[in-house]
Amino acid sequence: MLQRLRASRDRWLGLVLIAPTLLLLTALLLVPLILVVITSFGSRSPDGNVIYTFSFENYLRLVGITAEGFDPLYVEILWRSVWLAVQTTTLVIVIAFPLAYFVARAPARWRNLFLFLILVPLWTNFVIRIYAWIMILRNQGVLNSLLGWAASLVGLPFQPLDLYPSAGAVLVGMIYEFLPFMILPIYTSLEKIDDSLFEAAADLGANAVRTFLRVTLPLALPGIVAGTILVFIPVMGTFIVSDILGGRQVILVGNLIQRQFLDARDAAFGSAASIILMALTLVVTVFYTRRFGFGEEIVKA
Amino acid sequence: MPEFAVELRDVSKRFPAPSGEIVNAVRNVSLQIRDGEFFSMLGPSGCGKTTSLRMIAGFELPTEGDIFIHDKPMGQTAPYQRPVNTVFQNYALFPHMTIGENVGFGLEMKGVDKAQRLTRVRQALEMVRLPGYEARRPRQMSGGQQQRVALARALVNHPEVLLLDEPLGALDLKLRKEMQLELKRLQREVGITFIYVTHDQEEALTMSDRIAVMSGGRVLQVGPAFEIYERPNCRFVADFIGESNFLEGTVREVQQRTATVELAGGLLAYAESDLALTNGQAVTVTVRPEKIGLRPYEGAQNVYPGRVEDIVYIGTDTHYTVLLAGDQRLRVREQNEDPYSRPLASPGDAVTIYFDRAAARVLLD
Ligand SMILES: Nc1ncnc2c1ncn2[C@@H]1O[C@H](COP(=O)(O)OP(=O)(O)O)[C@@H](O)[C@H]1O
Ligand SMILES: [Mg+2]
Repeated sequence: MLQRLRASRDRWLGLVLIAPTLLLLTALLLVPLILVVITSFGSRSPDGNVIYTFSFENYLRLVGITAEGFDPLYVEILWRSVWLAVQTTTLVIVIAFPLAYFVARAPARWRNLFLFLILVPLWTNFVIRIYAWIMILRNQGVLNSLLGWAASLVGLPFQPLDLYPSAGAVLVGMIYEFLPFMILPIYTSLEKIDDSLFEAAADLGANAVRTFLRVTLPLALPGIVAGTILVFIPVMGTFIVSDILGGRQVILVGNLIQRQFLDARDAAFGSAASIILMALTLVVTVFYTRRFGFGEEIVKA
Repeated sequence: MPEFAVELRDVSKRFPAPSGEIVNAVRNVSLQIRDGEFFSMLGPSGCGKTTSLRMIAGFELPTEGDIFIHDKPMGQTAPYQRPVNTVFQNYALFPHMTIGENVGFGLEMKGVDKAQRLTRVRQALEMVRLPGYEARRPRQMSGGQQQRVALARALVNHPEVLLLDEPLGALDLKLRKEMQLELKRLQREVGITFIYVTHDQEEALTMSDRIAVMSGGRVLQVGPAFEIYERPNCRFVADFIGESNFLEGTVREVQQRTATVELAGGLLAYAESDLALTNGQAVTVTVRPEKIGLRPYEGAQNVYPGRVEDIVYIGTDTHYTVLLAGDQRLRVREQNEDPYSRPLASPGDAVTIYFDRAAARVLLD
């Protein structure tokens, strides 16, 4: 009886303790989400307000079904966004892994310095860092100047490369922005691996390559999975990088949504695009974590 | 077949310490470990046991000297190319693999085909008494079980030499005793040379064919348990293994393997010795507490009067601290043969102690 009482009291205490979080999540996440869903079924009034109806028209338009037949415009934007996120994430993994490995295997007293150096760029504003890339990539930018100088040294004719604005510039910007978010989780996984595991692998006849493939990589997987989630999702939604480095050429879902809300003043269509983006992200993430797990089962005991 | 499984010739290892000075972890160690032997390296923490073992495994390279495995010089040979396997102190099982995958890892690296691998993994797990555990994960197993898996993972490869670094250190006492016997049984069964590192003298005495006692990076004495215990060659060995009394004195006479040593207070000790001693040389006489008696017996050459200072009852035995002339103290151990375990003397009693000259040994340090 007493135990029952205590158990029920504990349950109440638990509820009270999580109540602030629950309220905050409801107010800041759940309610806005519901509003967006409701809005997405509405339509735009001539003066730019939302008319609340229940129509699938916005969604149909997004997947290309219009009264005039198939229009691939928005499907292409969605596809471009997914593809860019996949490219960015893949390249970020490829670049981040060696860096994280290097830091994790460095002498302990150097590690904090390296981590600090990785994080330093984050102190500068996101937008400013992207503008810096314009300075590097534009026609009279740092890169072209350097190339021109190198060409003049060997006496070759030089035409400045059209690096900015372009889809490539957007990719470079994305990789640059999100690299630290991949390095840190991979570093955390690698740093946790006990040295004796590498020795055990060597002891059992594995050379460096096989040790890497059979021990290092699988044990770093939780970090790669975590990093992928941290990179893939924001890349899918970001519009600043493509806005600044892509000129008007590279339009992603993020740009689409932003323009619907600010330029076109079609909040209903923008909401539908947001929901599609969310669904897309969710599908990719679920598919991915089903395949690789969140990595928690291989985190060392 | 070469006579020695492993040979260390004048091996030294120096590490640069972070402070900038140099740590002499191993100093001029020479060892010859016989084929099929259970060989232990025994010594206190920091004496260089692990470093020696890691040099045999190839994780460290000697600063000086050479290591041979079955007469083949190891030189710079990488660990994965050496015919040895290691059982690590923390087991070092791969957490992301099943027990079966862990045990089969070495065979997989050697390119043994899957069917044969599974059979050998099964046999290895049976050998360490973990049949049918293939599908488990390391973290689902107890420390003792992980220990056995680590053993199976090494033995399944039929290494020429198995290296074990304090493999039982993390287990509780009862399990440790069990595993000691188990290890000994396994070693007899597979006939592989075991090199076993431990700081636990009892463990070394129980299991080993031969023991190397180490201190400060050096090997002080090598021999079977009996020899190490009965005929220690220096104070450190006599003190580290079992318990010993030390009496300092001066050699007065040497006659047919018997040395007469004058102790403090004018006492004369008679001790057997093969050492080349000269009259007047300063030496130490050592004698084990259990070889000293409080009961008179025929033919005891060393007979001294003394006074009991202290008595400690420890169940099977009673320990007496006896004060001799010249302010020398001896620990005496008597078995409690009396049905009531009545002590042979009380503190303050005058007693006479007896021991044989063969029980006493002369040490030069
Ligand atoms: N990698 C290393 N770097 C510096 N010093 C080391 C290193 N490995 C061992 N030592 C030092 O060498 C000595 C012997 O160590 P070790 O072989 O581990 O002893 P044991 O196994 O007998 O306890 C110790 O003083 C230890 O601090
Ligand atoms: Mg050690």
